[in-house]
Amino acid sequence: MTSFNLTDTQASKISSTLTKLRHQMGAPAVGMVLTLVVVCDEAGQYDSVRAATDAAREHPSRILVVIGRDPNEPNRLDAELRVGESSPGEVVLLRLYGQLTKHAESVISPLLLTDTPVVVWWPGASPDVPAEDKVGKLASRRITDAHAARDSVKAITGRSGGYVPGDTDLAWTRLTTWRSLLAAAFDQNVGKVKKGIVEASRGHASAVLLASWLSERLGAPIQVGESSGPGLTAVRLTLASGGDLTLTRSDARLATLSRPGQPDRRVALARRPTSELIAEELRRLDPDEIYASALRHLANGTK
Amino acid sequence: MARNTGGKAEAAIAEEAHTAAAAVAATATTAEAFENNPLRDPRDKRLPRVAGPCVLVLFGVTGDLAKRKLLPAIYDLGNRGLLPPGFSLVGFARRDWAHEDFAQVTYEAVKQYARTPFRDEVWKQICEGIHFCPGEFHDEGAFDVLAMMLKEIDETRGTGGNYAFYLSVPPKFFPTVVEQLKRTGLAQAPEGSWRRVVIEKPFGHDLKSAQELNAITSAVFPESSVFRIDHYLGKETVQNILALRFANTLYEPIWNRGYVDHVQITMAEDIGIGSRAGYYDGIGAARDVIQNHLLQLLALVAMEDPTSFDAHSLRREKEKVLKAVRLPDDLGLGTTRGQYTAGWQGGESVIGYLEEQGIPADSMTDTYAAIRLEVANRRWAGVPFYLRAGKRLGRRVTEVAVVFERAPHLPFSKDDTEILGQNALVIRVQPDEGITVRFGSKVPGTAMEVRDVSMDFAYGESFMESSPEAYERLLLDVLIGDPPLFPHQREVELSWEILDPIEDYWATHGRPEGYPAGTWGPPSADAMLARDGRVWRRL
Repeated sequence: MTSFNLTDTQASKISSTLTKLRHQMGAPAVGMVLTLVVVCDEAGQYDSVRAATDAAREHPSRILVVIGRDPNEPNRLDAELRVGESSPGEVVLLRLYGQLTKHAESVISPLLLTDTPVVVWWPGASPDVPAEDKVGKLASRRITDAHAARDSVKAITGRSGGYVPGDTDLAWTRLTTWRSLLAAAFDQNVGKVKKGIVEASRGHASAVLLASWLSERLGAPIQVGESSGPGLTAVRLTLASGGDLTLTRSDARLATLSRPGQPDRRVALARRPTSELIAEELRRLDPDEIYASALRHLANGTK
Repeated sequence: MARNTGGKAEAAIAEEAHTAAAAVAATATTAEAFENNPLRDPRDKRLPRVAGPCVLVLFGVTGDLAKRKLLPAIYDLGNRGLLPPGFSLVGFARRDWAHEDFAQVTYEAVKQYARTPFRDEVWKQICEGIHFCPGEFHDEGAFDVLAMMLKEIDETRGTGGNYAFYLSVPPKFFPTVVEQLKRTGLAQAPEGSWRRVVIEKPFGHDLKSAQELNAITSAVFPESSVFRIDHYLGKETVQNILALRFANTLYEPIWNRGYVDHVQITMAEDIGIGSRAGYYDGIGAARDVIQNHLLQLLALVAMEDPTSFDAHSLRREKEKVLKAVRLPDDLGLGTTRGQYTAGWQGGESVIGYLEEQGIPADSMTDTYAAIRLEVANRRWAGVPFYLRAGKRLGRRVTEVAVVFERAPHLPFSKDDTEILGQNALVIRVQPDEGITVRFGSKVPGTAMEVRDVSMDFAYGESFMESSPEAYERLLLDVLIGDPPLFPHQREVELSWEILDPIEDYWATHGRPEGYPAGTWGPPSADAMLARDGRVWRRL
């Protein structure tokens, strides 16, 4: 890993330094497939950069990390450039001071890779309407995380209002493994579902979203119940033909699927690290219509 | 070259009707899945294709392939969340093992060879479904036990009578195993469930034996339930040939005789025959590799665009190309073969083919083969396709190189373009999967000198760090019942029809020419291209 610090600098200097570093390493930037912009604060920076670099193994990217510092200091831009031998992409940490904290887009836009997708990720606090945010406007894909909010259920319920195709939330991404297992269970004829319940630890945005998706797809009322966690612990669906189809997980790793007339089956269902969630998000960059309609259903239900 | 296809054509039509019906039944399951399953939606691209509940019965679990590829691939599928709850694996072999012993063998294979990191919970899920059935292939009792075991698994694991039988055994055991499956009723799927059989190459050693082999499996399993594994077709780069050709506008206009000078398809190995003497001697490079892998690559590169990417349309286009393949008029000039002699390979002194253990001193087996084919259709008429395959060559590389015509006129002086070669597009299949484009560029300086440069796309650089193993993809397709990546019996037979005349000619015309290990084949291979005014790419 080659690291390089520039203080009180500009985008053009950063850009030329990147080119120089790459040439020194003998690796031109042709392999990079997208630019990932991470907007976070100094405290969340380390974990987010780590997750983003891990995800970049699957999707070599230029990672631009925007860290807002003290807005009362004089205007200044500091940059830390990392071009790694171990990872295929590049990382640039941008620290913004003074008025510049409000104009991050002016630094980012000259540093975007040409003619490739741009993705913005807010690991912590996110704007109400991501697509109208100055940085969010540059991107075709905007990733928020409701779980970072103090009231995550309120956060995810509110997403519907500001939804623009291309938005997505990690609370939804966390559900993919659950949804995949449930969908696989429904590949065999199950018949109608009368009602159901999703159980999770208190105030769990993903649980609310899962219940909304299930209720919309199955056309049945799905409640959200509270359990001691960790995270999502169970989905119980009462079938019209009698009996329950349940998927339960108490240890955050191994789940049990049971359905009437069939033996219980255990199946791996581990909570995934953020890097895997981000990698999944980067795999498909088209609007997620299923997420959109689950959001809409959620907003309508809670009105 | 005329082929006798009269009676065969009728049979093909009859079978066509049968497979078309089967294809409808097969696609119906995918479409139905969307229709009958309220939780599935074609727009929901996050949800992966997951196989339904089933059992994989593996014959030949003690083999190298099972240990290195199949068992790790099963784990990797599980780790990616693509195995259904209740998935069970049954091993069958002549070993006095209990379930736990087989689980231990699997565990070690997974630890050593799996592509994805080891996770306890995934292993636990797989481990619960591992069973072992000891026995020999001719032992009726053992198969009765197997049938009972499968029935029990259906009850305890809810696998619903869906079984895939993977015959990772030498072809000489096929008749016995298939007969046993028939006798025990395991080959017969009850209503609402499926039975599939997976076989590995070699699919015979000539047309006749391929037909005999097929007769054995098709007497018991319908063609739509037979999955022939050509692991090359499971490779991402090979599938990418289709994406490259049919998802882009850049290449199609020049993908024809107007611009393409010739095509070179190479599969070079640096290793010798190792411990495969028993299998390899009498088979040789052409039958081992050209008949299946290289002709499949040729078909993918040369085929017209299929109407869709379902199995039926894809296979139909590949068959058309294979049918259009023409052999050279003079097989003596248009084909060549070699046999490696002692030499130095990659800094190591290695023995010649005839000195290898278990090889008769007068063996005529070709360890190198090169043939010149043409595809007689409007797109490719007159464009030679050079296929070569060999062992103990300079290094391990498989690639398809499409070499383009020179520019019709060069507005530079002759000296300026002296070192300019032909443009080329190279699809690197392994290792270092990717695509290289070679074109001329100006050398910096005051003179207008033009020289070849390469533009490189490395698969691993733009996408996943490690793309799924071919066997992962193919095993999943078997369990889902998705056949596009598996060659149809007709393709197998067409390939043998191409190769048989060459093998017949070789059998009666002298010996393979020797080439020192570590070099790029016999001088006659270079002479073959030189006669056409071309050279092999230096790899």
